[in-house]
Amino acid sequence: MTMTDPGPTGRFGEFGGRFVPETLVPACIELEKAFYDAWADPEFRQELDTLLKDYAGRPSALTDCPRLSEELGFTLVLKREDLNHTGSHKINNVLGQALLAKRMGKTRLVAETGAGQHGVATATAAALLGMECLVYMGEVDMKRQELNVFRMKLLGAEVTPAMSGSRTLKDAVNEAMRDWVATVEESHYCLGSVMGPHPYPYMVREFHRVIGSEAREQINERHGRDPDVVTACVGGGSNAAGIFSGFVDTDAELVGVEPAGGAAVGDGIPGVVHGMLSYLKQDEWGQVLEAESISAGLDYPGVGPEHSHLAHIGRARYEQVTDAEVIEAFKLLPRTEGIIPALECAHALAWLSRDREALAGKLVLMNLSGRGDKDVNQMMEILEL
Amino acid sequence: MSTTTHTPGRLEATLRAQRDAGKKCLVPYITGGLGDDWLASLAAVIDGGADACEIGIPFSDPVMDGPIIQQANDIALESGVTPESIAADLRGFESPIPLAFMTYYNIAYRMGHERFAKMLNDCGVSGSILPDIPMDESDEWIATADENGVENILFAAPTSPDERLARTGVRARGFVYAVGLLGITGERQSLAESATKIAARTKNHTDLPVLVGVGIGSPEQAVEACSQADGVIIGSTVVRRLVEGQGAGAVRELIASYREALDTAFPG
Repeated sequence: MTMTDPGPTGRFGEFGGRFVPETLVPACIELEKAFYDAWADPEFRQELDTLLKDYAGRPSALTDCPRLSEELGFTLVLKREDLNHTGSHKINNVLGQALLAKRMGKTRLVAETGAGQHGVATATAAALLGMECLVYMGEVDMKRQELNVFRMKLLGAEVTPAMSGSRTLKDAVNEAMRDWVATVEESHYCLGSVMGPHPYPYMVREFHRVIGSEAREQINERHGRDPDVVTACVGGGSNAAGIFSGFVDTDAELVGVEPAGGAAVGDGIPGVVHGMLSYLKQDEWGQVLEAESISAGLDYPGVGPEHSHLAHIGRARYEQVTDAEVIEAFKLLPRTEGIIPALECAHALAWLSRDREALAGKLVLMNLSGRGDKDVNQMMEILEL
Repeated sequence: MSTTTHTPGRLEATLRAQRDAGKKCLVPYITGGLGDDWLASLAAVIDGGADACEIGIPFSDPVMDGPIIQQANDIALESGVTPESIAADLRGFESPIPLAFMTYYNIAYRMGHERFAKMLNDCGVSGSILPDIPMDESDEWIATADENGVENILFAAPTSPDERLARTGVRARGFVYAVGLLGITGERQSLAESATKIAARTKNHTDLPVLVGVGIGSPEQAVEACSQADGVIIGSTVVRRLVEGQGAGAVRELIASYREALDTAFPG
């Protein structure tokens, strides 16, 4: 059985676990209990479903892409997580965690963010539920994603730069964990991906399962069958986990697309950081390497442990694309379908474009996990139009 | 209270002897490989009167550490320090006091448990302190450590329920590291109330020496913590002097000031 409950050890095969300082172990156990309890409680589920529908705008659309499909030579269908409130899939997880935190009596949300999408989503949920919110963001990312920094502040969150290491997502996670160690009694760490210590990888995947469940129903209704290929970009891997979970029990090929500069599954070896055992880019002594990607959201040297497991057992495969390929692919969707994708999603598009011959004639479902508005400033400096 | 049945290693034996004499244990932390002359810092710690010393193996992502130790980590890593280079430096150094490596689990995991344990044996280091692998994940590592006579220290935190403290008391070797406050390493203006509380709670569950670390920044605070604890660990206050370039002399004086305060308050 794959993509089910990992049980009390929080292991997906050999990966996962709970590698945190003793101070945080009781908090993780408390969170685990609270999540299982809430997830089995029809009232909690109803409350979350209502928010997802009336506040976030679910279900998100499924969009056929006739012009781009013709150009690529296969049938491409997009799951439109970019149409959610706050502009990405991140809101699914954040509404779930914020409701859970509130149920646990926590008053403050701490989060890390890379591109700012998870930070914006967390700030949004905190505003909605009347909670305090502090977001850690790498200093480098704060510069490349100024717009999202402003959005978070507008939403009432405090944004604190992570100044250590590469000053990107990895370091923002470190700062968020340090904050949590100090404030664990009143704070919930609202982790933004399917990573970290148990129960986060499992819990965050479950909060994103709605993506795959909806898409499965929608694509069967419209195309009369399951897709041949399901693809999504992978940094920590939450949007991929969400859509994969809907198709893991079908014959569909599952393909995650990593940035070449941060390909944990592709180039990493098992290691332990940020609470989990998973594939990790590291040197011969176990020092974590800095990722380098044009996309702040994928600029991470690790990956969620369930992806390591899916790769290990061969149920999913993980491709890599370069920044140059991503820049080219970023232009495809606006021109042919009138949709500006997030740079993160342009990774999946870059792979589809590169491997179009091998995909000829197939039905391909891609998770368009976020919209590209946040990236246009950065891309204006790269693209000459 | 549980009493462990293992044979005490050098670290535990030394700390127990100090406690049996009615005195308190002083265990400073220094970052391994911080400066070419880092062994002079270790010698200064010994001269100042430490009972044991923690040597940090720098790690890229030290989540339990505050700004001072992070900075020391970065400086050492940039100068090319590796676990093996620190061990190699120590091989020529016959320490009169027991030593422990403090690092993060990925260093041991990447090297392999067996190789990591053997490295400690080879360079005369008695104990290991890995704050990001709680006992729940430690079975394999503790088995290898026990086989190789490495004393694996475990943590007790203010958030740990009694049931966990009891298990920690049984599974820990060397001593129990009682985390003095909710937070990361660094000096604080005053001793957190939680420091004496966690020391007292931990001692209810174990006969091992219980040392308080994290958040101790003055000899007065050390004495206060030792009203319950068997000793203290001081890190950032030592490393700050090294990062600021104050040199081995300043470190020796600092350690001596803690030694004197503890010995005056607890003469044995």
